[in-house]
Amino acid sequence: MSVGIASVPQIAPGFRLQWEPMQDAHVLLYPEGMVKLNASAGEILKRCDGAANVAAITADIERQFDTTGLGDDVLAFLDIATRQGWVQIA
Amino acid sequence: MNAVQKTAPAAAIGSPHWLLCELTYRCPLHCAFCYNPVDFARHEAELSTDDWLRVLREARALGAVQCGFSGGEPLQRKDLETLVAEARALGYYTNLITSGIGLNAERAQRLKQAGLDHVQLSFQDSTREVNDFLSSTRTFDLKREAAALIKANGWPMVMNCVIHRLNIDHIERIIELAIELDAQYLELANVQFYSWAQLNREQLLPTREQLQRAERITRQWRERLGSKMKLIFVVPDYYETRPKKCMNGWGNIFLTIAPDGTALPCHTARMLPGLAFPNVREHGVREIWYESEGFNRYRGTGWMKEPCASCPEKENDYGGCRCQAYMLAQDPAAADPVCDKSPKHAVVAAIVDQAQQQRSIVEAKPLLFRDPKNSKALSGLGTSALP
Repeated sequence: MSVGIASVPQIAPGFRLQWEPMQDAHVLLYPEGMVKLNASAGEILKRCDGAANVAAITADIERQFDTTGLGDDVLAFLDIATRQGWVQIA
Repeated sequence: MNAVQKTAPAAAIGSPHWLLCELTYRCPLHCAFCYNPVDFARHEAELSTDDWLRVLREARALGAVQCGFSGGEPLQRKDLETLVAEARALGYYTNLITSGIGLNAERAQRLKQAGLDHVQLSFQDSTREVNDFLSSTRTFDLKREAAALIKANGWPMVMNCVIHRLNIDHIERIIELAIELDAQYLELANVQFYSWAQLNREQLLPTREQLQRAERITRQWRERLGSKMKLIFVVPDYYETRPKKCMNGWGNIFLTIAPDGTALPCHTARMLPGLAFPNVREHGVREIWYESEGFNRYRGTGWMKEPCASCPEKENDYGGCRCQAYMLAQDPAAADPVCDKSPKHAVVAAIVDQAQQQRSIVEAKPLLFRDPKNSKALSGLGTSALP
């Protein structure tokens, strides 16, 4: 299933997102493994709460960083994250 | 000898990411390929609950984020729930690595309440007969019950099956069993030859033909399953020409604490001669990780000899496994003989050649099962009918 702006993503069961001060990064934890996220991936995933849709997530990030035009980047990342099984579409 | 001799730290040592707590060497199973030390009977004085709680806190403060509870069988520890709860509260992702024996509905519920994140359940085979034979117990049905409890509690389940000569031809049925039990991940981990598996190597090393068939079947199933279940096939490194990047590098991300508190860069490193490993009863985890000789000796690449020292691939695999170098080349600082650049590679080639013979090896030589009696005999602490 491809991700669209109306999709509502959430972190998949068994995965946990948390901020690690020692690594100065968000990490995604899963059985016996860990992905260290770059800043933009962290900003996207921490908004994947199973309530906000992709349009709202994008708008929120654009507002916080005072920018526009992030829609395609957010969709592209969530497409990868869904394929990796990190994120599910509710 | 003082196990924390101060040594000059290598440049920019990172923090540990993985803390493996081997809570006990006690185990209801007696698997013939167990990686616990063959002399575990010497090291049975277990850490207290308070010791473990301190280790959890100190390693988390250093940056460890994955925490595995293993053994032996970790469910043998009555304080497992207490340790899981503390680990989860500290922010670890908590992994229980278990045979499933000792998991009942009540304990599963307590572990759920403690915040356990994930369970890895081991099977020895897809059939009751072979599972029970290899573990020298009657445990197959108990494991199926444990799998049902794991699913009922909503944990992600990794099923792990150690693969070797005696079960590799059942690989398709093992995959089918994992699907039936609804595992999210299946690790088909070809046996690595350490400890008990090393004693039983002749009986356990598969033939090249067996291995190729198993890899073909695994690939076919991987395509069929897609994202439904992830299949992980760990290759047996004797059939490779480059060594594995053992533990992702010595003292790089893994910290193992043995049941008696010995801190190790990997769970089999205790076999290495001339190297004392520090104990958490006497030293803090920070001092152990950054300053002990045991953790600094094989860090990075500065310790390497030729052919590793000038090898353009040395950062890929850090020279392979120190224990394998010791076992097969009698020198823990040598290149891992799995590497075909190693002057001792012929040792591995000869072992592989021998494995191609088709005779029934188990009938010719019985398996040596991992149990306290055999361990005492191997430690020189008792008598048994060892060959």
